[in-house]
Amino acid sequence: MKHHVTTTVNGDEVEYLCDTEQTLLDCLRDELGLTGAKEGCGSGDCGACSVMLDGRLVCSCLVLGVEANGKKVDTIEGMAKGEKLHPLQRKFLEHAALQCGICTPGVLVAAKALLEKNPNPTETEVRYWLAGNLCRCTGYDKIIRAVMDTAAEMRGA
Amino acid sequence: MAAVAATSEAIARKALKLIKVDYEVLPHVIDVVEAMKPDAPLVEEGMITVGVTPPPTKPSNIAKRIEFAIGDVEQGFKDADIIVEREFNTKPVHQGYIEPHACVGSVSEDGTAELWTTTQGHWVARAHCSKLLGWNINKLRVTSSEIGGGFGGKTVVYLEPVALALSAKARRPVKMVMTREEVFKASGPTSGANVWVKMGVKKDGTFTAGEAVLKYQAGAFQGSPVQPGAMCAFAPYDMANVKLVGFDVLSNRPKVAAYRAPGGPISEYAVESVVDEIAEKLGMCPIELRLKNAAKEGTKAAYGPKFGPIGMVECLEAAKDSPHWKAPLGKNQGRGIAAGFWFNIGGETTVNLQLNEDGTVTLMAGTPDIGGLRASLAMMAAEELHIPYEKVRPIIGDTATLGYNFVTGGSRSTFSSGLATVDAARSIIKQACGRAAKLWEIPEDAVTWEKGEIKPAGENAGKFDPMSLADIAKVAGKTGGALVGVGAITAQGAAPSFGVHIADTEVDPETGHVSVTRYTVIQDAGTAIHPDYVEGQYQGGAAQGIGWALNEEYIYNDKGLLENAGFLDYRIPVASDLPMIDTIIVEVPNPRHPYGVRGIGETAIVPPMAAINASVKRASGVRMFELPISPPKLLKAMKSAK
Repeated sequence: MKHHVTTTVNGDEVEYLCDTEQTLLDCLRDELGLTGAKEGCGSGDCGACSVMLDGRLVCSCLVLGVEANGKKVDTIEGMAKGEKLHPLQRKFLEHAALQCGICTPGVLVAAKALLEKNPNPTETEVRYWLAGNLCRCTGYDKIIRAVMDTAAEMRGA
Repeated sequence: MAAVAATSEAIARKALKLIKVDYEVLPHVIDVVEAMKPDAPLVEEGMITVGVTPPPTKPSNIAKRIEFAIGDVEQGFKDADIIVEREFNTKPVHQGYIEPHACVGSVSEDGTAELWTTTQGHWVARAHCSKLLGWNINKLRVTSSEIGGGFGGKTVVYLEPVALALSAKARRPVKMVMTREEVFKASGPTSGANVWVKMGVKKDGTFTAGEAVLKYQAGAFQGSPVQPGAMCAFAPYDMANVKLVGFDVLSNRPKVAAYRAPGGPISEYAVESVVDEIAEKLGMCPIELRLKNAAKEGTKAAYGPKFGPIGMVECLEAAKDSPHWKAPLGKNQGRGIAAGFWFNIGGETTVNLQLNEDGTVTLMAGTPDIGGLRASLAMMAAEELHIPYEKVRPIIGDTATLGYNFVTGGSRSTFSSGLATVDAARSIIKQACGRAAKLWEIPEDAVTWEKGEIKPAGENAGKFDPMSLADIAKVAGKTGGALVGVGAITAQGAAPSFGVHIADTEVDPETGHVSVTRYTVIQDAGTAIHPDYVEGQYQGGAAQGIGWALNEEYIYNDKGLLENAGFLDYRIPVASDLPMIDTIIVEVPNPRHPYGVRGIGETAIVPPMAAINASVKRASGVRMFELPISPPKLLKAMKSAK
């Protein structure tokens, strides 16, 4: 039997039908066509599927689609406002903080959650906050610099 | 082999459970040294070692023996004042791309087929699938999807032929995705190895001889990277006497696949660790010792070629001058340095450039973009054509729309597709000059190209207003049709890239845990087309090497089963494990490329293991001979040294 789920994704009320065992990640990708969140491991170890659920950073591969019912989901697709990139997205481009890009949506969602909690993080704080987002291409250097630079710019603005 | 297709994953899993497989458990061997013993269980019955004369009469797990040498090592060791001889062991490590293998195969009613797959080479994927399925190559059209990391591991096919075979039966598109566990168990790690190294040196630091025996695990089928490993081993040094023997060895493990500079990191970890020990024994600065022996233009490598202009000396000098090398160290900290080399390749490459009617350009390449290729190619095209970078749109074409391309691998894509891009751009310019000649009704050789303008060659050629490429594009239809430039080449002249890494570590005396506190990569890029992405390659390679040095390994139980097939237990470096990774881009241009490009992607993973090893020695007082340098191993070594 399919479940009828009504939820809010990036500010829009949406509904989908899903199986009991379907993850929120699969629902976002396969039922709603929001393919920004990625599955790297399916076990909550890599962070490529990071989204916000009621303001909390979660691995959407560890959340069931039915659990989103009546809640608020924010994904990478809601980060830019139309053509206007979020400062983190802009800084990631400026710093070339990505190579293959598969970890990037998860890293951006997680970094945004950090800066909302802590607008002035130290390098160590950024590194520990992003320790759940694996990147195999960059060695993290440019990612950390981009996040620190964004934080500085947003504090100045 | 059995495969199941279903309308959902849940149904497919249920169907799989209905297939009963009885396995007979046979004796197994997973260690490379054990596998080479005469009484080892045979992985492949009846396999006779290739490369031995006369051929052995008894089968063994040794698929191949290779050897190459220059000079006379016996004499070299006689001439030495000091000889250091050591044995090293490394574990298999996985490429660890975050995107698992995934594909969609679709065979239509008329028998033609399409495949979308995450690959480093879709022409090679097409060839493998066509051969396995017995199809003509033109029946199958392969599109490479945006790749989520490859590092060599996506140069072969796993799921693709299965998805296509299932689709041919079902007449529906079939999607296959590996779980992370399957990625670890069923797709290639690189070899674990046993390496013996012997080096002779004069009191003044001159290397007199180097010898190595490399035993590389291939997995259950032959094909370890022992050959490139042997090519890399002593390559950073100008040595008259070198002998290398390599063995490709089967064991009951996953078949290995390429991993960034395949084979090089293993052999150079061993050689560079011995070089560090020599420096210590001589009381010599490890940079000075390397400078004394560094390969330079004209050096003959043991594997054959004479090097052209190379940047080994420049990298060592840059390391010596770097702020990192001169910085003070804290308590329980040590600093290590190591060099690395990768030869780089060229190969079959096609690029197609279209001059569009509005003056923009579409650049189609066929080497999948794995870390900034499209940007680098667009920059080269823009430079050649004297148009803004933004006017070039680079894309990766599929196998039906572009000529053959070998894989993105061997650090060849910016070099080879760059060469083809320049060829294609110059062809466009030549065609554009021809169109102007037609319009102006003057001979073609009376038209010249100068800084983005097409002009009459001189006063005698006639008086016409200069035209831009955009002007020509507008009248393409009237002057002979579309302007299309094709660069179809077998790229020659790839030049090696040398690198030097400096690593600082801090060892916790109570736990044996090693933290990397500072790190610098110095490497010759030839010419850095897109410096940010060059730095990114340096940093990414270093991070993978740090993981290889300290954390990563395939762990098997006594039944031969892999115990850590997941990112929780196979721990690749996370952000909090690493410091910033400083970079110094050295530029010794490659004369065989119009912009001086060398491949740069692979060299960066070669030096880290030896650099960390040397650093840990200085921080802890203990010299390790096995990777990874995990806390329990190091703690044990520190305790027994007391």
